Amino acid sequence: MKTNIAEKNMPASFDLHKTAAEHGMKPDEVALMVKTLGRDPSLCELGIFSAMWSEHCSYKSSKVWLRKLPTTGDIVICGPGENAGVIDIGLGPNGEKLAAIFKIESHNHPSFIEPYQGAATGVGGILRDVFTMGARPIANLNALRYGDIKHPKTKQLLAGTVAGIGGYGNCMGIPTVAGEVNFHPSYNGNCLVNAMTVGVANQDKIFYAKAAGVGNPVCYVGSKTGRDGIKGASMSSAEFNDNAESQRPTVQVGDPFTEKLLLEACLELMATDAIVAIQDMGAAGLTSSSVEMASKGGLGMELILDDVPQRETGMNAYEMMISESQERMLMILKPGREAQAEAVFKKWDLDCVVIGKLTDTGRLVVKHKGNVEADIVVEPLVENAPQYNRPWEPTPKQAEVNAADYPLQGTLGAALETLLACPDLCSRRWIYEQYDCQVGADTIATGGDAGVVRLHGSKRGLAMTVDCTPRYCFADPVEGGKQAVAETWRNLTAVGAKPLAITDNMNFGNPEKPRIMGQFAGCVEGIAAACNALTYPVISGNVSLYNETKGEGILPTPVIGGVGMVEDVSKIARINAAREGDVVLLVGETKGHIGQSLYLRELHGKEIGTAPTVDLNAEKKNGDFVRALINAETVPCCHDVADGGLLVALADICLASNVGIALEQAENSAAYWFGEDQGRYIITIRAHQYNEQAIFDAAEKAGVEIEFLGFMSGQDIKLDDKPIASLATLRKAHEGTLPALMES
Amino acid sequence: MQASILVFPGSNCDRDVAIAFEKASGKKPAMIWHGDSTLPKSDIIVVPGGFSYGDYLRTGAMAAHSPIMGEVIAAAKKGVRVLGICNGFQILCETQLLPGVLLRNKTLKFICKTTTLKVENNDSIFTKAYKKGENGNYFADAETLKQLDGNGQVALRYTENPNGSANDIAGIFNKDRTILGLMPHPERANDSVLGSTDGAGMFKSIVENL
Repeated sequence: MKTNIAEKNMPASFDLHKTAAEHGMKPDEVALMVKTLGRDPSLCELGIFSAMWSEHCSYKSSKVWLRKLPTTGDIVICGPGENAGVIDIGLGPNGEKLAAIFKIESHNHPSFIEPYQGAATGVGGILRDVFTMGARPIANLNALRYGDIKHPKTKQLLAGTVAGIGGYGNCMGIPTVAGEVNFHPSYNGNCLVNAMTVGVANQDKIFYAKAAGVGNPVCYVGSKTGRDGIKGASMSSAEFNDNAESQRPTVQVGDPFTEKLLLEACLELMATDAIVAIQDMGAAGLTSSSVEMASKGGLGMELILDDVPQRETGMNAYEMMISESQERMLMILKPGREAQAEAVFKKWDLDCVVIGKLTDTGRLVVKHKGNVEADIVVEPLVENAPQYNRPWEPTPKQAEVNAADYPLQGTLGAALETLLACPDLCSRRWIYEQYDCQVGADTIATGGDAGVVRLHGSKRGLAMTVDCTPRYCFADPVEGGKQAVAETWRNLTAVGAKPLAITDNMNFGNPEKPRIMGQFAGCVEGIAAACNALTYPVISGNVSLYNETKGEGILPTPVIGGVGMVEDVSKIARINAAREGDVVLLVGETKGHIGQSLYLRELHGKEIGTAPTVDLNAEKKNGDFVRALINAETVPCCHDVADGGLLVALADICLASNVGIALEQAENSAAYWFGEDQGRYIITIRAHQYNEQAIFDAAEKAGVEIEFLGFMSGQDIKLDDKPIASLATLRKAHEGTLPALMES
Repeated sequence: MQASILVFPGSNCDRDVAIAFEKASGKKPAMIWHGDSTLPKSDIIVVPGGFSYGDYLRTGAMAAHSPIMGEVIAAAKKGVRVLGICNGFQILCETQLLPGVLLRNKTLKFICKTTTLKVENNDSIFTKAYKKGENGNYFADAETLKQLDGNGQVALRYTENPNGSANDIAGIFNKDRTILGLMPHPERANDSVLGSTDGAGMFKSIVENL
């Protein structure tokens, strides 16, 4: 075999710097690669280095900041660094120790280029991250952001991405139980598609990516390899310009049917003891899976690419190593278990082929057609990956807004109707009815503050939610980061769940701009502060940078996915459980903060002011107070006060429960009804269970602000006995926006 | 009462319907792999929902030619009861055990919403009152629709048609009323904590009458 790899495998006219630049590598990174190798790379090696050192795989701009996040805790079994994070969720129905395994991941760039496939493969990728660890996925969630609702591309992106998410998740038979959607012009050129999967595994059957056992077979399973998704990791680590369309070939094509077979086959083989380690082939496909497994095990790996199942003819080593064809996994088997694995995968009509073995050389050696195409020492490939402590500047403070300068310009009812119909608050029915939310017959709640899914065969369940308020993060990254975490904590609390841990999806613009890096740094600081205060660790996550088009970045969007425990799913609080006669109370302090509120944006056309501050101490006290009331079955209906403020949250309850409300407040200022102060919940209590003295005493003892608002009553929202809006009018406005857009 | 539930590659409601039968009968159903060519002795054969063969070619079309379906057709012809739900309904139409076809929803989109059903004919082992629903739009020509009505073969109708199905049909029988195909998922309306037990009547009535 040839040993002079570069000479053999590079075209004669090869210009290292030019080719490396086409792979998104900077000149200093090329120099570092040559130094690491001790020679020039072959084309295959260049492909491997550029993929492993891409922002997407190496987290080179974000790593120094991500270290600041709290990632440990009593319940954490495995924090960031594996395919997904793992927490202890106690005992299952048969006394077995259970773990929840979850992660969120972005598929932003591909979804903008090819909405259906981009979003579908986003769901497919995150599902694989979870089931590769031995978990059966029990739910999907998604966080979506699109441009201005009037922008010509928005409708197509929304239709395509929603169809793609539904198409993949529905076919897999995994219910989609919660999500969030925002519209803002900053996403006109970069929509965001963040997909989260929650799975459940037996703690004794969790699989990791750490290779072990020199000589053990390396086994390729799943779909065949094609040329799709080549350079995907590099593509998603760069800004868009005008030619985003021309990047369509870099988007992978998904096949949920094959993934469903892969899921069942993997879980079937995992039930035996044949597997040593397993890792899905996500971004950078065979490259990242082989390098990461070898690196985690401190071993070498030899791959014979001739044996890789191929969908196309004439593929070379470079193409096979960086293809991002979907629905594939790499496994290390125990010696002699090849036939057992093959039998399981054959039953499910999937390929299962030994393509190499583990070695003690510490090198990744890739052979094809009798040639050595790559020969790289693994440790420096991983350890020498560039890391940048990029320059950053703090985000300047915004000026406070004086609420008195922005009074109501019409009636309170008209303002409420406008807000309920606005793109960020209107009904998401057009979207969620395309998702199967019930398959599995364990979905306890959807459409409220958090989705709740029962642990199969048990009365316990997991609550889950995804949240972020990007306009707050833009105005004040630290408060915005805190708020994103606090809102998930609040949403889990609002159904009665005990919040356990989070996963984060950091969507930002170009990190080479100090202003953007400052947003990142600020959001991380806020997230860390909230996680620490709420004992709510980060167990997994994903970073998506370069969300910019023609130099315009998105609003900073650190999406948080939160998971909590429900001890008895029959006792959760629901947004639609308010009944005629219920007493309605507000927990938490109302100051009337209208800076960055939707009221200012939708009624006055202003996106100004400071973000509301999150008092983490009050947050915890208020949440613990509300959760205890729900768990004691005192509060059947609860909803947190978020976007749009108090009156919008009340209207949400009225519309969901189909009963009006008679408010007995003297207040009629916009700041009171539409201000977005944090840490607040609306709760209702059945009239016959209501003990005013007891609940106000308990609140005082807990140091919690509580306020009487009124009674559920009739079919109108009334203030001081005067109707301000009928539910019928509000419902029409709330339900009309998305159908009008999508069916026009 | 012994139920056998078919499992195709891509089935995803097989577990849910197995639980519903076990809850109603106290007996675990047999799970039958699509590649098998023999069926155990069964009182009822269930073709569950999902995306058999990824809905490739046409929904249900490939599953209809699976090895096990020959056995199912032979058993059905001898009077063994057959229940097809959602994709299972589509498969039963493709095998012509039931008349008509399932088209894509009028909106061309998957639909997941709770829907109220009206039981049109409760003179069968399958039917009592229930609700809930999903995807797929029943279609048959005018003559067939007339026959279905005349023979009492319409089992269930939507009270608010979500998908544009002909004559609001949600489920139909064969002429002998030994086979039922329906689009909505009764197995998802079988537990009060999930919001409805209106589907439980179907499983109860099957167990009590077989």
